[in-house]
Order: sequence, then C-alpha cells, then structure tokens
Amino acid sequence: MGYYCSFAALTCVYLQRHLLLTYLSLSLSLSLSLSLSLSLSLSLQWKSGVVKQLGWTVCDDLLCIQEDGTVLIYDLFGNFKRHFSMGNEVGQSQVVEAKVFHSPYGTGVAIVTGASRFTLATNIDDLKLRRLPEVPGLQGAPTCWAVLTQDRQSKVLVATGADLFILDYTSPPGLSPQATSIVHMCVSFSYKYLALFTDSGHLWMGTANLKEKLSEVETKVRNPPKQMAWCRRPKSQQPSVVIMWDGHILVAGECKNTISYHLEGVSILVPELDGVRIINGTHHELLQEVPASCEEIFKIASMAPGALLLEAHKEYEKESQKADEYLREIKEQNLLGEAVKQCVEAAGHELEAETQKTLLRAASFGKCFLSNFPPEPFVSMCRDLRVLNAVRDYTVGIPLTHTQFKQMTVQVLIDRLVYRKLYPLAIEICRYLKTPEYQGVSRVLKHWACCKVQQKEEADEVIARAISLKLGEAAGISYSEIATKAYECGRTELAIKLLEFEPRSGEQVPLLLKMKRSQLALSKAIESGDTDLVYTVVTYLKNEMNRGDFFMTLRNQPVALSLYRQFCKHQEQDTLKDLFNQDDDHQELGNFYVKASYKEKAQIGHLQSAVDEYNKAKNEFAAKATEEEMRLLRFQKKLEEEKGESLVGFSLHDTIRTLLAVGLHKHAEQLYKDFRVPDKRYWWLKLTALAEKEDWEEIEKFAKSKKSPIGYLPFVEICVKHHNKYEAKKYVSRVTPEQKVKAHLAVGDLEGAADAAIERRNDGEISTVLSRCSPSTDRALVERLNRAKATAAKK
Amino acid sequence: MAAHLSYGRVNLNILREAARKELREFLDKCAGSKAIVWDEYLTGPFGLIAQYSLLKEHEVEKMFTLKGGRVPPADVKNIIFFVRPRLELMDIIAENLQPPREFHILFVPRRSLLCEQRLKEQGVLNSFTNIDEYILDLIPYDGDLLSMESESAFRECYLENDQTSLYHTAKGLMTLQALYGTIPQIFGKGECARHVANMMLRMKREFAGSQNQILPVFDTLLLLDRNVDLLTPLATQLTYEGLIDEIYGITNGYVKLPPEKFAQKKPGEGGKDLPTEPKKLQLNSAEELYAEIRDKNFNAVGAALSKKAKIISAAFEERHNAKTVGEIKQFVSQLPHMQAARNSLANHTSIAELIKDITTSEVFFDNLTVEQEFMTGVDTDKVNTYIEDCISRKDPLIKILRLVCMQSVCNNGLKQKVLDHYKREILQTYGYEHILTLNNLEKVGLLKPQTTTRNNYPTIRKTLKLWMEDANEQNPNDISYVYSGYAPLSVRLTQLLARPGWRSIEEVLKMLPGPHFEERQQLPTGLHKKRQQGENRTTLVFFLGGVTYAEIAALRFLSQMEDGGTEYVIATTKLINGTSWIKSLMDRPEPF
Repeated sequence: MGYYCSFAALTCVYLQRHLLLTYLSLSLSLSLSLSLSLSLSLSLQWKSGVVKQLGWTVCDDLLCIQEDGTVLIYDLFGNFKRHFSMGNEVGQSQVVEAKVFHSPYGTGVAIVTGASRFTLATNIDDLKLRRLPEVPGLQGAPTCWAVLTQDRQSKVLVATGADLFILDYTSPPGLSPQATSIVHMCVSFSYKYLALFTDSGHLWMGTANLKEKLSEVETKVRNPPKQMAWCRRPKSQQPSVVIMWDGHILVAGECKNTISYHLEGVSILVPELDGVRIINGTHHELLQEVPASCEEIFKIASMAPGALLLEAHKEYEKESQKADEYLREIKEQNLLGEAVKQCVEAAGHELEAETQKTLLRAASFGKCFLSNFPPEPFVSMCRDLRVLNAVRDYTVGIPLTHTQFKQMTVQVLIDRLVYRKLYPLAIEICRYLKTPEYQGVSRVLKHWACCKVQQKEEADEVIARAISLKLGEAAGISYSEIATKAYECGRTELAIKLLEFEPRSGEQVPLLLKMKRSQLALSKAIESGDTDLVYTVVTYLKNEMNRGDFFMTLRNQPVALSLYRQFCKHQEQDTLKDLFNQDDDHQELGNFYVKASYKEKAQIGHLQSAVDEYNKAKNEFAAKATEEEMRLLRFQKKLEEEKGESLVGFSLHDTIRTLLAVGLHKHAEQLYKDFRVPDKRYWWLKLTALAEKEDWEEIEKFAKSKKSPIGYLPFVEICVKHHNKYEAKKYVSRVTPEQKVKAHLAVGDLEGAADAAIERRNDGEISTVLSRCSPSTDRALVERLNRAKATAAKK
Repeated sequence: MAAHLSYGRVNLNILREAARKELREFLDKCAGSKAIVWDEYLTGPFGLIAQYSLLKEHEVEKMFTLKGGRVPPADVKNIIFFVRPRLELMDIIAENLQPPREFHILFVPRRSLLCEQRLKEQGVLNSFTNIDEYILDLIPYDGDLLSMESESAFRECYLENDQTSLYHTAKGLMTLQALYGTIPQIFGKGECARHVANMMLRMKREFAGSQNQILPVFDTLLLLDRNVDLLTPLATQLTYEGLIDEIYGITNGYVKLPPEKFAQKKPGEGGKDLPTEPKKLQLNSAEELYAEIRDKNFNAVGAALSKKAKIISAAFEERHNAKTVGEIKQFVSQLPHMQAARNSLANHTSIAELIKDITTSEVFFDNLTVEQEFMTGVDTDKVNTYIEDCISRKDPLIKILRLVCMQSVCNNGLKQKVLDHYKREILQTYGYEHILTLNNLEKVGLLKPQTTTRNNYPTIRKTLKLWMEDANEQNPNDISYVYSGYAPLSVRLTQLLARPGWRSIEEVLKMLPGPHFEERQQLPTGLHKKRQQGENRTTLVFFLGGVTYAEIAALRFLSQMEDGGTEYVIATTKLINGTSWIKSLMDRPEPF
C-alpha cells in the first residue's frame, strides 16, 4: 500500500522546491533547507551538480535528480544514503525534465533528455532502466508529458502540439483528441483518468486509456496553467480537475460551471487520493469534494437521518423535550441505524476535534435506542480518530484524512513515524491499537535500536545496555539485524555484544563470519542445531585456517567434527584418514584400511595396516580376525594360481564349499583345520555341499566316518530336500529319539512316526502326527493315535 | 482425495493440504510448461502428498529421474530439479544443465548453503531462476500416522553422530504446532529426545511473538529414542500388517506381492499365462477391511476374513429379497461399494494365504521359539545352538544378526567369549568384510560385551510386564498380543506415562539409556482447553529412529480401549522392521 505515499506531511517541500529550483540551477553550491513540519527540518549543504527535480520515495527518502542523470538519495534527516544513474546516454544531452511517480511496485523516476528521449525506472530499489522509443516527428522538447501506470506497466504520455503519444515499451499508437495543441496534462492519483489543457483554453477530461471522454470544459483562459491536479475521492460521483494559474485556481467538473478561488502568494498543488492539497508559504489547505455523509448532516435545513440525530442530541443536552420529537421522527422511518452510521462516518471526515466529538456523541446517543447495533464501526472510528488527531498535531505534522489513513494502513503509518524517529508516539499507537507485538512495538524498538547504534558519541557498553534494557521484554526482536547495522557503522565490538542477545543462534552466524569471529560462529551454529549451518562454518574455517589449527578447532567441537567426518567420508577420503590419525583413533583407522582393502588392489598391504591399527587400539579380536582374513586371502590366491579356481572374495565358508564342490577335499580339510572351524559347522557345510552335488555315496561315507556332531536329522532332511527319500530313509534309524517323529514324517512314513510318538507318549507329537493324517489314512492308525493321545493327556 | 487422513482424532488432511498448497505455489512461480527431474528417493514420499494429476494441472509435462549426463530432450520452458540437499546430487545437476531452458531447484526438505556453495564452485549457481525449499518434514501417512521417511535417521543419529534429522524433526514439530496449536506438555526419554525438545523450546523462543492463536489439538508430546527400546524392532512382528512388512516390505504405503495368487481366474480361460509383474497394492485405512484387520494378531485374521466373507455374500443374497423397483434400485446403488468390498476381501484372503504358508513353516516357528526364549530370559548367557545351526546353514545374515543382537539386548550384553564366538562364526561364514557391520552394531549398542555381571533386563521385564504368559490373540486385553506375548517396551512406557505416570517407574527409567524429562510450554491466555467430562486426551508419540507396525498396532489398541482415556497419534522418522533397520546399519549391505 506504500504507493499512496504522497499523503500529506512531506508536501511542504514541494513548495520550497519551486522557490529554490531556479536558484539551484544558477549556483552549484547552495544551502538547501527544507522544512518538513514545524518539528522537523532538513537542511543540506548542496555541493553536487544542478538539481532538476526533487521528490520523495515511498520510504520517505528525498530524491534529488541532477542534470547529468544522477539521482541522489537522502534520508529524512539529510543523511546521504546512496546514488544511482539514469543511464550513460543522458550525459551529453542532459536531463531537461524529470518526474517522480509511485506505483504498486514502488517509487519510480522518469526523465526526458535534451534529445527528447525518455528513460524510465519503475522501481528505484530494483533498478531496471527502460529507454522508451522516440516520439515520431518530435522536434525540440515536448510541450508536456506525464507518467501512467497501466496493465502492470509504466508508460509515458507525451503531448506534442495537438498530438498525444503513449510511449509504450513496444509500439506507440498515435492518439489524438479534438484540440489544437495540448499545453498541460495531468493524470489522476489512481492513474485511471487523464486531463488535458489545450491552448484554446479547453479542458478535456477522460480515462487514461483515452478510450472514453468524460467532459470538455471551456475555461476562457488562454495562457497555460502553472499546475493541474485531479480532485476526486474513491467512489466519487463528481470527478473534477483543479487548475492553477498565478493568483487563482479553477475547479472544473463534468458540468459547464466552474468554481474559481483566489490564491495568496505562490502556491503548489499536491494531488491526493481524496482531494488536492494547496500549499503556499504560510498555509496548507485541503480541497476536496464534500463527503456525502457530511453534506447530508450539515446541509442547511437537511432532513437526513444523521442531521436529525445531531439535532436530537443537541436538544437532549439542553434537556429539552424536542429531543424526543426528533428521535421519534427518525425512528418512525426506521432510520436510526442509518443516522448513527452517518454520524460516525461524518466524524471520520471532519478535521476539527470538537466537531468529531459532537458527531460521535450524537452517534453514541442514537445507539442507546438501538438493539443489536454492531459496535465495531463506532469503536474503531473512535480509535482511528484518536490516532489521527495525534499525528495531525503540528508537532508531528502528518495531516492525514481518514480515507488516506485507511488506505495506507497502520503499518505504513508506524513506518512513517519511525522514519521521523518519533519512536515513543509510534509505540504508544501500537499499544493503543493493540497491534501484535511482532508487527508493532517490537518493530519500532528494532528501528530505534538500529538508530541508537549509530550514535557515535556513546560507548559500546552504554548502548548495548540501553538496548538490552529497552528490548528485553519485547518479543520477536531480531538482534542480528541491529548488530548488522552496528557492524556496518564500523562498531564490531558493539555488534558482538548485541549478538549475544539474539535468541536465534542461526541468525548470528552469517554476521559473525563476516566479522571474522569464526570460532564463535561455529559454536553458535552448533547451538542452533542446524547442521547445514555447521557445515557452512566448517567449510569457511577450512578455507581460512591452516590444516593443523582447523583440526584442533574441530577437536574441541565434537558435533562439528562428526559432521566433517561425514563430509569427508563422501568427499575426501584422505582427509578422513588424517583426522583419525590426528585423534589417534586406531579403531577407526583399522576400519578405514579394511574398507580400503575392498576398493583397491593392494589388499594385503591395507589389511596389514589394519591389523597394526587394531593392535594399537587393543582390539585383539579384530586384529586376529583380520590376520585370519589375510591368511585366507593368501591361500585363495595361491590356489587360484595352482588350480585355476576363482576364489578371491569368497568367505571362508564359501571357499570350503567351493573346494568340496570341485572335489578338492584335502584342501577343504586343510582349511577346516587351519581356521579351527567348529565341527558342527563343518559337518553342516560338508553335508550341504555334498548334497548339492548329489554325491550320496560320499554322504554315506561321511555319515559313517564318526559320530555326527549335528545328529542325523539334517541328513534325513537334506536328502528329502533333494528329493531322494530312498537315501533319507537310511538315516532315520540313527536319529535321536526326540527327533524320530520329525524324521519319520520327513520321509513320509506316517506309521513310523505314529509308532515313535506313541512310544514316547508325547501329547504334542501325537497331535502333530494326527494333523498329518488325511481321510485316506488307515482308520486303525488314527484310532490308535487317538487312544494314545487320551492316555497321554490323562497323565 | 485423501479422506482416510481426516477420519482420525486429528485431521491430518490439514497438514497434507498445507503441503499441497505450498507445492502448487512453487510450481506456479515457474511460469510455463515444465519438466521435473526427480531425486529418485523423493518420488515415494511425494506420492503421499500429490499425485501426477496435481502436477499436470500445473503444466508439468514430463518427469525424469536425476542421473548423470544431460536432461533428455523435452519441449518445455522450465526444468525443475526436486532434490535432497546432497552434495553428490549437486554435481549431477551441474552436469545436467543445458540452456536455453529455465532451471529451478527445489530442495526437500530444506535449502542448504553447503549445496549452493557447491553449485557456485561448479559455476552454475547463476543458471537457476529459482532456488527454493519445500519444507516436507512430517508426511501424513495415515489418519493417525506421520512419517519423515528418512531412511538413515537411526544410523545418522546413533552411529554417525549426525543430528541433521533431529533438526528436521524439531522443525517438523514446529510446523505441526503452527497448524495444530502449541503442545502444552512434552515428555521424553533418551538423548535424542532431549536434543529435539531443547531445539523445540529454543525455536519457540525464537519465534516468540509470532505465535499462532490456535486451540491446541494435542495435549501431550512424547519423544522416544529408538535406543531406549532396541529390543522391539528385533522381534518378529505378528500382526497382519507387521507380517506383510516383515515378509514383503511396505514402502511409502505400498507393498509389492508375488503375482501368482492374484491372477484373475475367469471360468473357461484356464491356466492362461500368469502375470509376471509383482502385484502392487496400496495399504491404508481408506480400505475399510484393511483398517479392520491390519492391527490384529495374524492368528485372528482368518476368523475376521471369513466373518467378512459371510457378511458380503449375505449382502449379495439380498438381491433375491428385492422385489419392488425401489428395492432393486437401492440394491444396485450399493453394488459398487459391495464389489469394492469383495475385491478387497479377495486381495486380503490371498495375502493371508501367502503369509500363512510362511508362518506355518518350521523355519518360522523355530525362529519365533528362539526369539521368545530370549525375551523371556531363557539361556541368554550361552551360545545358542539354533543360531549356530542357522549360521552353519548360512541363513540370511540379517536374520542371524537380528537374533544375536536380540540375545545381547536381552542379556544386557554378551560374555566376551560368547560374543567373540558369534562374531568369528559370522566372519568365517559370511565374509570378513562384515567386521565393519559388527563394529557398527557394537557402536549403537545392539551388540555389546557384558561389562557388569548384573543383567537389568529381567528387572525391566518384570516391572514393565513385558512378557504376558496368557496373551489373548483373538480378543486382546493387553498390547502384548502384537508379539503373541511380548509387550513392546516403547509402548509400555507410553501406556504407563498416561496412567499412572512415570513417577511409578523411576527405577526402571534409570536403567534405560538417556535422560527422561518433562517440559511445559506456556499457552497464550485463553487457549487453555476445557476438557469435557469423559473427553479423551490426545498424545503425539514421536519415535526418533523409527517405529514398527506392531508398535503402531499396540498404540492403536490403547487408543481404542474403552477406559483408556488417551488417543494416540504416531510420528516417526521412518517406518522400520528388524530387517530394514539392521540393513541400514550395515556397511556393505548384502542383497536380502
């Protein structure tokens, strides 16, 4: 909403600007002094080039556009902020005229050079210069021009003679109304309407897209006006244009009649959202269409409900019974609600506190006779007026109308106050309007603090304490922003002190890095828990410090160290090794070499290093296991050479298995002994390997070689698994009694299973066998089982 | 679209909608036609937020997987990379760029300075029109379930001391509080829980003043470290959903099943060629039948299915009773619903059959027997012959590791001799490279040598009633039904917190690793909830490092208990089971 910035307050400048400009162009060094309000005055020692135009940005900064196309920006207190240029080509031809305009995109600047070329920047905070096309057939300077914002684009409207051009970025369509020569033009506040003044004294009014004509008025004045401005309010029925000449102004609307006023001294017009300000050396007047509600109430002999209510209240104060009569009159028409509404609205439009009060009292009086009347409009109007009256005070000097205030929002008003360093008032208003702290009080305090840190004469200690005292309780303060400001002013120590107050550790980090407090930045990053931030600081440190210091720093910060390790694991294997070395972490070094041994050719070498490290780490098991691994590797390599069997990469288990599979029983046996493979596992292994080969003979030999440490059930099962029941049956008899039932079932011998189960009188086993019985099973067997089950259960 | 998310006590659809809105806004920022290049890992989680149709509405015309080389030709204006902030991915992106198209990056779940720095080093940072972040921490998974789908969270936190995922957790919880109100009470157990709570409290201070004015939906947050309860994920889950996950693995809400059982058998076609593509099914509470049976002990699923079958066929029989036109019309209007129910029944009957083949096998039974022996504390201090036999048979390594770890956990560490024996057996059988994996397991405490002779586990088991002899699988009266006897420690802690409070089990809490704590968050005045008589409390239980489906089932059981007084919403870094969990800790994962 910022673009309604020309609201009030800073307007005095325009007047003085006109007085001063001629002066300025004559002399290069002059004192430029602009009084803003009675309480605030800005004075600049002007040392730069010739100023062509002054203007204000949406953020209340002063723009000085110089003849050479340079634009200088000053803040409200005359401090230089920055400058930018409107392009190089301006240089030779010089700026002839410039305009500052506002749009939803911010503050813009448009210039026309001596060569009659227009250049335009829509937003000076995001500077993108657009050079507009040449005006066809234009010789010398254009008679007049204006900036338009349409369809999200800024355009320039130029008049040359009787022709009117829109300088679009792409193609300028020639448009021309019926007139001889246009000498002045102006665009309405909302960019919707355009007014043209011709040398014949005609005023043409229409829409800015030149598609519609509203009216044409003959003013009977031939000489070109000094200034022209639209005077209308939102939803107004009667748009009008104010034209100013020396000594008088003329208001022209849709009808033929015009109104003329006399003017004292030199004045200027400032168009506003809902009217025109007329400002001269001593006075500031607001010319506007009388708001409907005010007209209704204050019109002579008005019978509007609002007027009657006001009258009723007056009588009531006089304790006269007429009050009742008036009230009755309104109530009979069922218009009391309307009357209250009118009074509230009119109060908003009135500038005199006394009139406001009278109207509000009347409204309040009327409200008593209404049930269910929503209180919000009344309450918020009272609040708004209180705020408005406070800022309209001459010591503050922001004479806003209620309409303007609503349009610009409280947020922007607070900003305005903050720019003027009126912090106490801003805070009072925030508190009064109950603005959430985060957007209200805290924001003001932050600005105050940012301003405070610039006070060079005060000591760091004092400022830091003052700030923390004031801001202590406020929620959502960004201390890092304040600290950044302090740092920008060259006060590093103060910045660090202020950062201490910042609750968001993450926010502190970038500034700390900028200030080269990297160690502190690291601890803050860790504190924040944001690992990405930690990584950022670590990478920064890595580039800043020598390796030794860097490692030492990490050593003191375990969180950072483990993150850096992660980074190295993926990105820099060698650094990882150095890190472990630095920490004497032999266990990890061992692991590191083991990993390396799988990646590179020099396996044995890596493994030997691993063994050494594991020994240093006193991890006996790992050292021994790795030695074993080396032994296996050597064996595999040797055998590969001798027998051509591919073995490297196999586990001990798989190596033995492969050896058995290819019939190298002796070698398998050797490994079994050398590596002290437990008997049980070896038996399993050999049995599986042989079964896979379906070497039944060898299995039988193996079974008879000595007593099986794994029993004989696995023999049964593995034969069955390889679909050889015949072989399986050979081993059933050797199975232990506990596993007999299982063995019988495995080979599909139900009867055998039943016998074994019944013999063991085991309820569970009998049930298992029973569950395997199908309808085709021998009935006698089933009965036998059932009987046995019954007796087993009895026990 | 995602109605199942709004059925629960807390409407998680709000979270999903917020995520979708943000996605749309980002897509609209890149005006014109676009192609998305996906970090493959993200497609699954994104599927839970938005389908292709949403992307298509916003002019996404093509999708590719991020890989080396150049983006395949596509006639689009914008190329958008959806990636996790990983350095290796940045290098791939740099390779992919190829003007004259507009490039954008969307970091999920957070922008990374480190990655941007890498892009800068590669000289491509300026090629991007938009670099943005898509804050996707907690993804609504089901009506009462949120997951961060962060695969390696446990490994990073407990093995690598990398707390990135905890930071995301804290951020995710802040987002959740922004949508559902400040959670007034925070409880926690474990180091990571403490860390997350600290970050949350800090973040709350940081955002002080910008607080939302929402009536809190959650009464309590319970943060639990996975390493407080290492035992539960090791045990084989015995609920229906748990078993599906154990056997087939559920990823991002989908399961892939062997297709044979699902072949459409139409009369006359006989044994036509069977489908070879695995059958992909989405599993969530949107499916009425699944919602009903998923948390049951598998032994109770058969009965439930046959009951449902009877109801459905009865419903179809209704058609014979429909006499008038009106009745027939009403019957027909119900047909689509009934047919869906019948399909769903057919699917789950097939799945149940598949699972039954496995659960009735001897291998499964033997394994379970050993697990239960360990959990009840039988012979946990000796070398277990069953494990030895499994190693001898070279059963899958993960199975062995699960069992050995379980024995170690149940015995508060193994005697050095026993531990070394197991390790040696494993190295000799499966290869010496697994020394790294074993080392990892020791680091996270899943395997450890006994340091004291005192074993805490029996005390913990008895005090917390972790083993219930008479678990009722059909009509459970205790959470122990989910493991047919074992009551998951994590859930028991949750249950005891609600009633009678942790003060009653101080002693046991001290035996479990990490601190336990309670924090209170001040609510803005006027937001204090006035509880109605008999209104349940809502607790958000956050499992840091993963949660199993069986634990979720147990919590749902608690929510449904009539006099429970508390309803639970579950959040986690990742849905895990013993296998996926151990796998994430392996250094050279073998194909399972």
